[in-house]
Amino acid sequence: MGKNIFAAALVFVLLGVMVYAAFFIAPVDAKQGLIYRILYLHVSSAWTGLTAFLIGCIANLLYVWRRQPRWDWLGVAAVEVGLAFTTVVLVTGPIWAKPVWGIYWTWDARLTSTFVMWLLYISYLLLRTLIEEPDRRALLSALYGIFAFLDVPLVFGSIRWWRTQHPQPIVMGGPDSGMDPTMYKVLMFSWLAMLALMTLLLRQRYKLEAMRSDVEAMRHELEAA
Amino acid sequence: MALLADTTVLLGKELRTEFRSRELLTTTVVFILIVIVLFSFTFDPTSDESRRFGSGLLWLAFLFASSLMLQPCFLREQQNDTLSALRLAVDEPFAIFLAKLTANTVFLLLAELVLLPFFALMYNVPVLRVLHWLALVFFLGSLGISVVGTALSAVSAQARMRELLLPLLLLPLLTPILVASTEVTKGLLDREPFMQWKGVVILAVFDLVFLTALWLFSEYLLEE
Repeated sequence: MGKNIFAAALVFVLLGVMVYAAFFIAPVDAKQGLIYRILYLHVSSAWTGLTAFLIGCIANLLYVWRRQPRWDWLGVAAVEVGLAFTTVVLVTGPIWAKPVWGIYWTWDARLTSTFVMWLLYISYLLLRTLIEEPDRRALLSALYGIFAFLDVPLVFGSIRWWRTQHPQPIVMGGPDSGMDPTMYKVLMFSWLAMLALMTLLLRQRYKLEAMRSDVEAMRHELEAA
Repeated sequence: MALLADTTVLLGKELRTEFRSRELLTTTVVFILIVIVLFSFTFDPTSDESRRFGSGLLWLAFLFASSLMLQPCFLREQQNDTLSALRLAVDEPFAIFLAKLTANTVFLLLAELVLLPFFALMYNVPVLRVLHWLALVFFLGSLGISVVGTALSAVSAQARMRELLLPLLLLPLLTPILVASTEVTKGLLDREPFMQWKGVVILAVFDLVFLTALWLFSEYLLEE
């Protein structure tokens, strides 16, 4: 218990520092003014969401290979946490876009692909609710998770090919890209804070899934007896 | 080599089963025809508008039709209790998938072949001069739909609410196919047709990636 509270407190402090840095340390953007500061939440959540999906895919592969229930638990935990972060991206995006682009939503490449990715993982969770038997659910959802992860770069590539309005990548983008060094540092710190939050959530969700699996096993035993 | 021999035999079985009743083909063709007709009410179907929206409508119709057409693919085996027999009959489970996905590609292509003249006539877009390029796009697109669709029909057949589940699993995964085929087809239906090779590359990469994935994971998809 003590360890959990300590971890939660640490994440809380990191998030507090992130908010402070985003509002008071990072300089104001020359063109966009104050609203650009949502970037520290938006971009770091996007990267963290992708990290979670990557963890999910690795867990799926490990499940197919090793067949240990823990990889199934990690897989579903990572997808749910990834979905939460992606939802933050999809909500903060329009808040930023309204004053800057003048509209909440546009069918631009990155917006659309993020939305499709979100839908893919919603389908993954739906699939899990529709298979009763635990081993079969774990195996088939792991396979679907792998397919979904393989699809993500193809979705991004294909949609990007024909329409884009989103700001071009500023980190590792191209020769003209780049940002103020302080902004860069704050962004990286935000990502770190978000990764810490992700780890905390992942750990809790994993434990919950493990407990659920225990309960399910006990219920089966009771029914058999 | 055993893979090829197994696949050929199974493909023969799939084609025979279908051509005995032609159930899948007729229902798919009629379904796409209904969508094409209904779509004409949603926009002003002049020639110029049709060039803009026609390719998207065509591919959406194919996608929806395939999400229905692929349902019985594994369900039929499961209901008739023939899946175990199939698995025992082959060395590699991939042969089952390869046969089924080839059959599904053939069925989709046949349906598209029947419907293309109707589409061209009703929406007044000439297709004959670009037929060879259209054939390439239709082939690559239908192959992609069949590869992913056949794999996922094995997944959905083992779940509850499978009729609803397959489109939910399949359609978002097929986004790259829809985007690329629609764009390439649009270019081909233009007044001055042009070929967008980038779209063809996306289709080919999609097909290759998922064929490889299916080859790697097919034995798990059919595990009991």
